[in-house]
Amino acid sequence: MPDELITLTIDGVPVRVPKGTLVIEAAKQAGVLVPHYCYHPGLPVAGLCRMCLVEVEKAPKLQIACATQVAEGMAVHTQSTAAKDARRGVLELLLINHPLDCPICDQAGECELQDFTFQEGRSATRYSPDYPKRFNPVEDFGPDVLYVPNRCILCTRCVRFMEDVAKEPVLNVSERGDRAYIGIHSEARLDHPWAGNVVDLCPVGSLLSKDFLHKARAWELDKTASICTGCSQGCNIALDTRENVVVRVRPRSNLDVNRYFICDHGRMNYRWMNRGDRIEAPLVRRGSELHATDWDDAVARVATLLRGVGPRAVALVSAKVSTEALFLARELFRGHDWTGAFQVVMGEEAPLAGVPGLALRAERAPNAKGAELLGYGRGYGAALQAAERAAVVLVLDEPDVAVRSEGALIYVGTVLPEGARDAAVVLPIANVAEEDGTFVNRDGRVQRYSQAKPAPGMARPAWSVFSELGAALGHGEPAATAAEAFARLARSVDAFRGLGYEKLGFGGRPAAVTVAV
Amino acid sequence: MGYPHKPHSRETVVLSKHFGEADARSYKGWVKRGGYRALERALATEPAKLIDTVKESGLRGRGGAGFPTGLKWSFMPREKKKPHYLCVNADESEPGTFKDREIMRWTPHALLEGTAIAAHAIQAEVAYIYIRGEFTEPWAAMEKALTEARAAKVFGGIQIYLHRGAGAYICGEETALMNSIEGKRGNPRIKPPFPAAAGLFGLPTTINNVETLAAVPHILTNGAAWYKGLSLSSPTSTGTKLFSVCGHVQQPGNYEVTMGFPLKDLVYELCGGMRPGHTLKACIPGGSSVPILDRAETESCLLDYEGVVERGSMLGSGGVIVFDESTDMVYQIMRLARFYAHESCAQCTQCREGTAWTTKILERILAGQGTLADLDLLLDLAENMTGKTICVLSDSCAAPVVSGIKKFKSEFEDYIAGRRKPVVVA
Repeated sequence: MPDELITLTIDGVPVRVPKGTLVIEAAKQAGVLVPHYCYHPGLPVAGLCRMCLVEVEKAPKLQIACATQVAEGMAVHTQSTAAKDARRGVLELLLINHPLDCPICDQAGECELQDFTFQEGRSATRYSPDYPKRFNPVEDFGPDVLYVPNRCILCTRCVRFMEDVAKEPVLNVSERGDRAYIGIHSEARLDHPWAGNVVDLCPVGSLLSKDFLHKARAWELDKTASICTGCSQGCNIALDTRENVVVRVRPRSNLDVNRYFICDHGRMNYRWMNRGDRIEAPLVRRGSELHATDWDDAVARVATLLRGVGPRAVALVSAKVSTEALFLARELFRGHDWTGAFQVVMGEEAPLAGVPGLALRAERAPNAKGAELLGYGRGYGAALQAAERAAVVLVLDEPDVAVRSEGALIYVGTVLPEGARDAAVVLPIANVAEEDGTFVNRDGRVQRYSQAKPAPGMARPAWSVFSELGAALGHGEPAATAAEAFARLARSVDAFRGLGYEKLGFGGRPAAVTVAV
Repeated sequence: MGYPHKPHSRETVVLSKHFGEADARSYKGWVKRGGYRALERALATEPAKLIDTVKESGLRGRGGAGFPTGLKWSFMPREKKKPHYLCVNADESEPGTFKDREIMRWTPHALLEGTAIAAHAIQAEVAYIYIRGEFTEPWAAMEKALTEARAAKVFGGIQIYLHRGAGAYICGEETALMNSIEGKRGNPRIKPPFPAAAGLFGLPTTINNVETLAAVPHILTNGAAWYKGLSLSSPTSTGTKLFSVCGHVQQPGNYEVTMGFPLKDLVYELCGGMRPGHTLKACIPGGSSVPILDRAETESCLLDYEGVVERGSMLGSGGVIVFDESTDMVYQIMRLARFYAHESCAQCTQCREGTAWTTKILERILAGQGTLADLDLLLDLAENMTGKTICVLSDSCAAPVVSGIKKFKSEFEDYIAGRRKPVVVA
């Protein structure tokens, strides 16, 4: 049954929203962002910062947009004099005890206190400089979280996250009145596997990530939509880069996957994207040594090796590479009897108790499902055995490789592991931050990620490499883009039929087939 | 600690009739005085009928807001689908108010009886009486009375529990009180949902003040018409009310008068007037949260819900604070503001920061370092602190500031201009 729709106006703009919608959410539909601090769509409503006060016709007092439900015919004015005066008053009060240390604050540039003050606050305070400001020393809350109480506006988002979402209520509001601060249980640490979200939730620079501390100014960062590679959940993330270095990972909201959150494992899982010891050129074996060469030479060599494969090919792949690459790698063996397998590193599962279906998954790979849908198996040990007698063994970015084979080893990867030094050909590829592609998460959801920085040296996206190899084998023109590579996949594999990059957007779509992992 | 005064002839003693009688505190003594008969009849009466009777009586909440009690009860679901709760607000913390304390000290069974009747009326099986933590003697009296009454099995199926507060003024706010009973920090909740829909433990709940409930047995015994007849003024302000008078009067204490009694007579007759050689300057008529009345307003004010509003203040809890001409109003207002700054729960920005800032400005004025602009700032802050927060604590801080500056501006100006010796506040 469709939800009952309510019609109301926000600053004169009519909107129709489902019954029960909060005014603050209805306003978004009218293109109006009502300034707010304590409200967050992923947390229970607290209604305490009083920043989102708006005028509602016929109501005797100003109403908080975050706790007021829409009603038929309601007329909301967010920009009336009374509403603006009230919000200006709140902003002034939020700043009287604030240290105004924006120049040394990590939040500066992405601070809602700065933004709304700039937007509609007073240009100067009336708080006498003679009055001392509230002072409390910085506290070490947990492995990655610092609390700077002087900047705190007591919105309690962090308290509510730990209590209602993480279900580990270690934070509280301690003391009363203007002496209040965020307290932590005397015997607890803020070390829940999802605790890092409090840093994102904090609208000011009060909760800081030690990992990001003084690393970059917010305005220096470029943000790129990506997918976390930390496990098979497929959380939507943004990669923040500064001068082509990934410096931070933050959640990107996707109500179907990770809502507004990511776990700390995923949050910290980015340093490898900046590794300096990358393979920067194709390498070919001459005698006992690998020598750098150009792509044409390398591709021709691999094509020669593949042409004589017959029924004896084995592909050992990583479940951290794109669906496009996995598909095009498989296509190289079209018509042959081949074995493809992957292995997945396992870890501990860490659910976010308050969000059903959201967890750091034991399977620490983003694309195991994609590999399965494309015919790669989990029999890694058997595949290793098969590799011993194979004519060609293709290894795709699997660092933990120790292949013994009488055939030729082709290594396609980002870095050169010890086990790949015997390879006949080594082809350098881009990592997840350096290419466009898709992963299929554990629930069969196909999700796109985008390129955040250039690949080093001559490295190329794996889909492009396999596409070129396919062309060299006479399988037609190479794909020019990841979207084109995906389109070929969608035409050829049932599970992906009907999907395309445009359709996937940045929220993803379920694949047609959902096989239990 | 004995009860200080015999009733004045102009008092109408209903609730306070047995104040001072040690025997009335025991179950036997209470029954001897006619106690628990109203409850017995009530338990045999349809809840809806009880609600109608209380509605008819015109009884309004004595905690401060003056909401019609019968109407409040009628908000509870008629058809009971989930457990219902009754909370009794005995967290009397409003500066200048000490009436509930005396009810519990002297007539604990009156409260228990009223509580059980109310619980029956709203179909609650459990009632919590939330008693201010500092009330050691009332606590002991209530505990003893409850033990006796339980043993006498007078409550039918109703369970009554005492719950002790831990020293927060804000826990007298009804939703904060519920949070406190639930074991949470005593923060007021946003409304809606209102307690009758989702209150204590998320279930339908009614919260009533001690004095309100203590009046209920009398209404049932003597009839709604009798209670309604106890009024000298407005038909919407009925019955008797206990006024806790303190300050510069000769005989401070609790005085029970019918609604509509002149404040002037309360001060000059019942309380014996001002200290010798002193004159009335100002009065806070309804506990520290309401606007201050000047002398003319005080002397022309009728003590009922409408009468006090007509003079620009509120009846509130009935805590009457009387000031004579020796009072430093700036200092008094600072003390009130400091109280609210200390007690703010810290949720709403206007209250958390506004009460503290207000206090700082007042302290600075007292120290002789204020400016005339500070007065405008105080008024502007007060405007920002009124009607914009979850509960009314911040409004309560603003009320005396606004009325104080309006009515006693010259005292502020004297400090600012250096005409008055600075007071340095510790």
